[in-house]
Amino acid sequence: MKTKISTRNLSFFYGDHQALADNNLDIAENRVTAIIGPSGCGKSTHIRVYNRIYELYRGQKATGEVLIDSRNVLSPDEDVIELRRRVGMIFQKPTPFPMSVFDNVAYGLKLHYRLSASELGDRVEAALRSAALWDEVSGKLSLPGLNLSGGQQQRLCIARAIAVEPEVLLMDEPTSAIDPVATAKIEDLIASLKERYTIVIVTHNMQQAARVSDFTAFFYQGEIVEFGPTKQIFTNPVKRQTEDYITGRFG
Amino acid sequence: MRRPASFRRLSDLSIKVLSSLAALVGLAALAWILAVVLERGWNAINWEFFTALPTPPGVAGGGLSNAIVGTLFMTVLATAVGVPVGMMAGVYLAEFGRTTKLGSAVRFTVNMLMGVPSIIVGLFVYTFLVLPAGHFSGYAGAIALAVLMLPVVARTSEDMLGLVPNALRESALALGAPRWKATLGIVFRAAKTGLVTGVILAVARVAGETAPLLFTALNSPYWPSSLNQPTANLTVTIFNYAMSPYPDWQQAAWGASLLITAGVLVTTLTARFLVGEARRQ
Amino acid sequence: MFRGATALCAALFLVLALAFLEELVRNSSLSLGQFGAGFLTSRAWNPVTGEFGAARRVFGTVVPTAIAMLLAVTLRVVIALFLVELAPPILARVVGGGIELLAAVPSIIFGMWGLFVFAPFMAKHVQPALGDTLGFLPLFQGPPMGIGILTAGMILALMILPFVSAVMRDVFSMVPPIVKEAGFGMGSTTWEVTRKVTVRYGIRGVVGACFLGLGRAVGETMAVTFVIGNDHAISASLFSPGNSIASALANEFTEASEPLYLSALVELGLVLFGLTFLIQVLAQLWLRALRKQTGGGL
Repeated sequence: MKTKISTRNLSFFYGDHQALADNNLDIAENRVTAIIGPSGCGKSTHIRVYNRIYELYRGQKATGEVLIDSRNVLSPDEDVIELRRRVGMIFQKPTPFPMSVFDNVAYGLKLHYRLSASELGDRVEAALRSAALWDEVSGKLSLPGLNLSGGQQQRLCIARAIAVEPEVLLMDEPTSAIDPVATAKIEDLIASLKERYTIVIVTHNMQQAARVSDFTAFFYQGEIVEFGPTKQIFTNPVKRQTEDYITGRFG
Repeated sequence: MRRPASFRRLSDLSIKVLSSLAALVGLAALAWILAVVLERGWNAINWEFFTALPTPPGVAGGGLSNAIVGTLFMTVLATAVGVPVGMMAGVYLAEFGRTTKLGSAVRFTVNMLMGVPSIIVGLFVYTFLVLPAGHFSGYAGAIALAVLMLPVVARTSEDMLGLVPNALRESALALGAPRWKATLGIVFRAAKTGLVTGVILAVARVAGETAPLLFTALNSPYWPSSLNQPTANLTVTIFNYAMSPYPDWQQAAWGASLLITAGVLVTTLTARFLVGEARRQ
Repeated sequence: MFRGATALCAALFLVLALAFLEELVRNSSLSLGQFGAGFLTSRAWNPVTGEFGAARRVFGTVVPTAIAMLLAVTLRVVIALFLVELAPPILARVVGGGIELLAAVPSIIFGMWGLFVFAPFMAKHVQPALGDTLGFLPLFQGPPMGIGILTAGMILALMILPFVSAVMRDVFSMVPPIVKEAGFGMGSTTWEVTRKVTVRYGIRGVVGACFLGLGRAVGETMAVTFVIGNDHAISASLFSPGNSIASALANEFTEASEPLYLSALVELGLVLFGLTFLIQVLAQLWLRALRKQTGGGL
């Protein structure tokens, strides 16, 4: 089983405050890895290093290495635009752009590719199918993306992300703002997507982590306390702290 | 198939450079204007400027004391008329007229009136007041300025009062305060800074206006002993003097320009400062 | 009681607006009756023979406004970009404050600066350069006098810049960071995110700001009067002088002796009033259409 992303000695600072301390983590290819832990433990901060989205803000800094396919993506020579095509991100709240459903999915395609109108249409349809959204929107492609329901909007964002053929999908609490029925649909979607993509999902919902992931990493106060196959983490954790969190003794 | 990233990067970079330059252009223009006004107006400012009456071109001495006083009179009068009425209208819109038909009609009208060019306001007051009276007057000028102020004051009052949370209003009313006391006392106090700033900015804007005075107050070389006649004022003086072929009059125009600019800028900056202070609390 | 008093003050506005209309129409009735609809298209303007038409003044109003909008819109978007995305907070505040200060400068000061400093500058440096390089276009032919339509347009651009720049900057910064992150997360450059996401998200504020500037430019009097040159011809060259409705009113009102002349001038004022009203209405309609198209956002 190949390693897709390998984190080495990653530390992260918001100004003077250190949020991540010496993280070392291997993410397996074509598997779902869940990252769990109490609020403020650094889960989101960690994955936001993978696509360097933190660089939008002054005063935020990362040290250490993040190797994707054995190449350090934190190095200054790295092409950030290409990195962000290869590593897609889904956010806590659905973020459809203020444009039609079609244009939302086509956004990334028009950025990175030169396609004819028919090619564009085909790829938009393919992405919407892969996101299990096609049947619901095929007649409404020109309507504003913001008109869709919450769960549909999030699947739209997923379609938008996978349209540009990424290799990795980062999901930052993707269902925290979605109702349970739609959440179930998205969890099924994640299960089907892992055949083609490497998925890292941050969640504060432990049952969700147990349901969808193959591997789980438990974070606490910026450090990785334990990492292993999901089944093992949830039934037979090694560290005391992990067990306490899983059984709800704190959280 | 793939769009070259180098092209996208290049356009991104050039836009970034362009935007920095644009900001620079904006600032440079401001600096240029202020520098020119300061440089050319400074020579005209002396004690006489503030105390003497204007003299015919070519005759030494003379000042613009009448114009200064005239502008002050008319601005104060305009404020006394425009601010209370405008603010009351703003109160209606914010407190009672949120959903009423009158409210929406008035809101639309306020928007429209805010867009009316100041010269049309002058034209209106001319046909409305000057023609029937048969002569120009400082009162007409003040009314023109007041009309200009009204929509601005109404709008900012509405906005500022609208920002006050409903909970505050309700607490005052729940204690048994009559509506007018609750509004004028509590709500006004909460919106105090915003309201004051709005008024100051409106006054500053109106004090520098020329067009509305062109056919209402006109201008005069005499002391404004009564406002019921053409009244001297700084802005129309600048217009007349600048367009004239006499260098000493043009010099005086620059002096008046410096005075107006300084007055308006100081007032505006004070208002901005007040807002900043309030925000910090 | 209190409510009634405030409602009265509010209703005053309606009365005022109607009074505006009434006065303008009544006092231009002479001219309206004489020339009818042809007033709008007629190029004549002869106080001696009593022939009047609005065409030249409308031209002199529209063209500098168009120049101003062109310059100012591009500058505005780009300056807002600078202030929100690029500059460190302290610099952004200083630069933003400085540009907003431009709004406080009275228009007559712009006129003074324009006539005595900027116009000569244009005549000496900019217009000859434009004439040399782009002189094959009829737009840039003719003697470089400094005053004229182009200069008026440029000063107008400077005057409307701060009004809308402030609004645009607010709009840009109110877009939720998570939406911008979604754009960046797809691998967009800063300019791409601004153009395709930020501006679209805040498009209503952006359009509103544009209309605000447009309305102001159309009615601007003093600055334009100083530099537009007070000529009556319609010419293809941007270097030539002209006359906007507002400047015509400012220059000629006190000279108008005959009732027909006066009435024609008032009718010009009515045209301008109608123009600004139209802009307002268009703005509201456009904004409503936008709301349907984007479905949400700001």
